[in-house]
Amino acid sequence: MKPMTSAAVAALVCLLVLAPITAVMAQAGWPERLGGADWEALRFTLFQAVLSALLSGVLAVPVARALARRRFWGHGALVLLMGAPFILPVIVAVLGLLAVFGRAGVLNTALGAMDLPPVQVYGLHGVVLAHVFFNLPLATRLLLQGWGAIPAERFKLAEALGMRPRDVLRFLEWPMLKERLPGVLLVIFLICLSSFAVALTLGGGPRATTLELAIYQAFRLEFDLGRAAGLALVQLVLVLGAGLFALRVASVSGFGAGLSPGRPLPWAQSPWLRLQDAAVLTLSASFVAAPLAMVVWRGLPRILALPDVVLSAAGASLVLALASTVLCLAAAFALASARRGWAEMTGLLGLAISPLVLGTGLFLLINPYYNPAALALPVTALVNALMALPFALRVLAPEYARVERDYGALADSLGMRGLARFRLLLWPQMRVSLGFAAGLTAALSMGDLGVITLFADAEQATLPLQVYRLMGAYRMDDAAGAALLLLGLSFALFALFDWGGRRGA
Amino acid sequence: MGLELDNITIRQGAFELRANWQIAPQSRVAIIGPSGAGKSTLLAAIAGFLEPAEGRILWRENDITKAPPSARPVAMLFQDGNLFPHLTVWQNAALGVHPGLKLTAQNKDDVASALARVGLAGYEQRKPSELSGGQQSRIALARVLLQDKALILLDEPFAALGPALKGEMLELVGEIAAERSATVLMVSHDPRDAESIADEIILVADGQAQPPRKTAELFANPPAALKAYLGTR
Repeated sequence: MKPMTSAAVAALVCLLVLAPITAVMAQAGWPERLGGADWEALRFTLFQAVLSALLSGVLAVPVARALARRRFWGHGALVLLMGAPFILPVIVAVLGLLAVFGRAGVLNTALGAMDLPPVQVYGLHGVVLAHVFFNLPLATRLLLQGWGAIPAERFKLAEALGMRPRDVLRFLEWPMLKERLPGVLLVIFLICLSSFAVALTLGGGPRATTLELAIYQAFRLEFDLGRAAGLALVQLVLVLGAGLFALRVASVSGFGAGLSPGRPLPWAQSPWLRLQDAAVLTLSASFVAAPLAMVVWRGLPRILALPDVVLSAAGASLVLALASTVLCLAAAFALASARRGWAEMTGLLGLAISPLVLGTGLFLLINPYYNPAALALPVTALVNALMALPFALRVLAPEYARVERDYGALADSLGMRGLARFRLLLWPQMRVSLGFAAGLTAALSMGDLGVITLFADAEQATLPLQVYRLMGAYRMDDAAGAALLLLGLSFALFALFDWGGRRGA
Repeated sequence: MGLELDNITIRQGAFELRANWQIAPQSRVAIIGPSGAGKSTLLAAIAGFLEPAEGRILWRENDITKAPPSARPVAMLFQDGNLFPHLTVWQNAALGVHPGLKLTAQNKDDVASALARVGLAGYEQRKPSELSGGQQSRIALARVLLQDKALILLDEPFAALGPALKGEMLELVGEIAAERSATVLMVSHDPRDAESIADEIILVADGQAQPPRKTAELFANPPAALKAYLGTR
């Protein structure tokens, strides 16, 4: 691809991020208009993010450790299951978590039967619970890579030296954890800072409102664009600051390919430790699988009798997801082709700005000239593409570099340029990663519940928004059916693209 | 005149290599010298993968210093990565005719006869990985044949093959070059290859690619740099 193309795409991405930020800043003025409630939102945002990161990261250590040192039937499936939350729509997870931990959920029913007081799922508990649900598996996969990166010879050496599990922890595992855990915690902290859909559904109220949720409330409930912009500015500084800090401190390693050592690591065979690992794995697997199973269980009776609004929302979401995928992959491919640091940095911009800040800015830009609701779907597609760009780029950039390193000179010497180079070299060599990146992008966009809440009027909805509205209307059966449809569509999109890439490759 | 390097200097960081000589059309020239001396770098400059800091490269009096690799009269075989593993034998060879595989009926006949020429008739639809190392080299040679360029550059493409197979391939290169009246310029680690194939030798050492000298003459009376490279024989 010509350098001009990548530079143009990079400029476009920058413009897409910077123009809304400028609009937000122009509208916000100085944050003197922010009141006590706003600072409370800032405090809660930070507090829940720290708590979620610590809990996810620390709990992931024994899970990853057990996965690293045991081999059993279903080991691969369990690692795969740990990857599922990454592409799981937040609203689906929330419904699943409510079915397990909610007021009438499985857990409280069991507690009630034993005459124990019920657990509370709304507020800080619920927000942190949902964040741990999403990020414990992520942290597990990232740490599992860490265990995989310890050379097997070292474990053999440890065994030959007669090290006990405690010594292995001290000399082999702890140094790895010390190196990797801070990065993992930072990634999760960063993700939780921009939490919107979780806070929207499980938080709320003066004591459990994140900044992103506060932006939405200022927007939709108070119609106070100035206050929304002020909050967006605070959120922008927060996420940008944390993002830059994370970049400096640790190399953020994406979402974890879930690599694990080929063989079980030969230590810790005592019955006590085996029991401990079995308990850890059972608990964590149930924690991830139970909400998913509940979504399927509750949704099945309704899946064939869904109201028309749900079906049309599903159609809109499919179109939206495919549009984001095309946009995102085209941009990621163009940026990857530059094979330069600046191109990768441009792609990371999506991580440095939260969807609702971007949405606020775009709304401010569009509002004077055009009805924002009429552009709800195109804007959402664009924002979703931008948000998925860092992940797609993470997958494609190293692959592009590999292909050019291995075959670039040969293709140059034969004069393969433009479309011929794509068709005969890049596509066949990169189709596996292109399929994977497309699957990720499509699933993420399919399940997104963010910007659309700012733009959509009552007439239009994406599937996640429709599920949320059904929940708000206490039509829980329909919500469960729609959630199952959303779950199926998200996973099917991912599987289809991923399979398409792998097929025959 | 064939290939002319007019006072070129190649720089890569602290590394520097100079050359100022010409070689006649249809000659067979081996480039020898200690590893790290810049043999591959020299070839890369001639093929257009890196631009010399100073000087000009000419082919038949035409300045090609700034021409992109595919616009030069050059067919090159690298140390490895000479085939696309995802394409068939036929596609790999046919890329020598058209970089987008748009072939006329006449072109297709040419591809068929080139594959037959290197002994690969019947293997058209296979993938390179299904073939032996020697056969893989033959695919690349079929492509060189189809590229029909006046200058064939070999950067030790047969280094991974055994001595007998390597000899066979070099012989095939010689035949192809003779049929097409092409000039061959090859990097070699093995003085015996140089002696058996090349009429002339370019010695690369101490930041200099020396002018070509007749092979027999050079080996009969080796200069100090060559003695140091060869050791005592």
